[in-house]
Amino acid sequence: MNLFRSHVLVCAGAGCVSSGCLATEEALVDEIAKLGLDREIKVIETGCIGTCDLGPVLVVYPEGIFYRNVTADDAREVANEHLLKGRIVQRLLYRDPLTSQIVQTYGEMEFFSRQLRIALRNTGVINPEVIEEYIARDGYEALACALTTMSGEQVIATIKESGLRGRGGAGFPTGLKWQFTAQAHSDVKYVVCNADEGDPGAFMDRSILEGDPHAVIEAMAIAGYAVGASAGYVYVRAEYPLAVKRLQHAINQARDYGFIGDNIFGTGFRFDLEIRVGAGAFVCGEETALIASIEGRRGEPRPRPPYPAAKGLWGKPTLLNNVETFANICPIILHGAQWYARIGTEKSKGTKVFAVAGNINNTGLVEVPMGMTLRQLVFDVCGGIPGGKEFKAAQAGGPSGGF
Amino acid sequence: MKTVDELRKLREEVRQMTRLREGEPEVRIVVAMGTCGIAAGARETLNALLQEIAARGLAGVSVSPVGCMGLCDREPIVEVNAHGGRTLYARVNAEKARRIVREHVEAGWVIEDWVTRN
Repeated sequence: MNLFRSHVLVCAGAGCVSSGCLATEEALVDEIAKLGLDREIKVIETGCIGTCDLGPVLVVYPEGIFYRNVTADDAREVANEHLLKGRIVQRLLYRDPLTSQIVQTYGEMEFFSRQLRIALRNTGVINPEVIEEYIARDGYEALACALTTMSGEQVIATIKESGLRGRGGAGFPTGLKWQFTAQAHSDVKYVVCNADEGDPGAFMDRSILEGDPHAVIEAMAIAGYAVGASAGYVYVRAEYPLAVKRLQHAINQARDYGFIGDNIFGTGFRFDLEIRVGAGAFVCGEETALIASIEGRRGEPRPRPPYPAAKGLWGKPTLLNNVETFANICPIILHGAQWYARIGTEKSKGTKVFAVAGNINNTGLVEVPMGMTLRQLVFDVCGGIPGGKEFKAAQAGGPSGGF
Repeated sequence: MKTVDELRKLREEVRQMTRLREGEPEVRIVVAMGTCGIAAGARETLNALLQEIAARGLAGVSVSPVGCMGLCDREPIVEVNAHGGRTLYARVNAEKARRIVREHVEAGWVIEDWVTRN
């Protein structure tokens, strides 16, 4: 395998795409080739790195030099000055909003060092369209472990013990939901992923699907094994075309490799999944309306009980979880329930991804341990209020959130 | 992917793909590539280092060019940060570069004859 001495990550989440990162990437790749460095320097398009108002963003490894607001011309300068001659381009570096001091590397930026990225473990690190990069970072190992060394009951017990709660907003204990679905009697069951994410300004789920689609695929297969389902659907809102594209590509690759399909890892377990695209209805983020939509009916909620775990898609027991909930499953299987339960608070284990926007210095996507205070999130992670102004109010939940 | 073993074997092969983006490399090699370095042949030195590291299948080694370090009469300069120490080698041509990879980086022996101190 060719040894690249440097990896340059270009953030290609939808936010940076609209800031022009593809032109930046093209200029970078062309210049690297012109300088004859293309066998030494690898350019990798990743999912959302998180600093959404600083895009287009480049991170140069192994040092982790972080460049912001990089135009196509800037990219050419980075290639000539930094990549060829080893001279860091100072004017493109990040400045701490409170001290105005330059912070050179990703690792030194408080915005990143204070995060604990579990659901976002691969987002912004790997190329989501190259399954081998997912595999390199323990991809599909959790599925392998679950299928070959654990029973369905043991998987459910692990998720219950971890304390993971639904990340769609309702916070229902995930392990318990899996248990109910597993206990329902039926020849056919389904696993559904709710990727409708209708709340304006929320893009946690979008970023996971764009940046690490395999994390969701693998988790859904594990869920299928645990509850006794062999078919899954990911319901993605139509307004997320990049997420749909990357997810479909990932599903195709996973199928090619045999991670989904028939007889996975030779265990006889069968699981496959498809995407169902929404059509613009906010209400289809509600689980029963979502199920109606997949069935081809008008998206309308219905009273519960019966809950989807008992009677869901086409009347069959259906496990329905949010994207971010699924994104937490594989690390829990790999590192154990206790590892996860040590993070967070007594009643809320693990981490939470937040999309932070408004009058704040560092807007974007972060993942922090549960229990971090709002003050710490606003000031320590996101750099405080622009212009050093006073904090007045924060609204959780965005425009759809309550007061 | 028919078995778990096949998956693990593939993982070993592709581990290198993302390694550079994860945490600190165990060994950091720095090559001075200012104009003086390049004029003295630092490009060939850099290429030789990369080729030898790839040929030996070494993992966790990073190679970074930097600007002029100031020791312009002793270029090409190669700094090796490995095994808890920092060593500055002077006048490193491609052949010496390969030996540094094998003897210092891989086996841990500093090649004293080529070391320069300030």
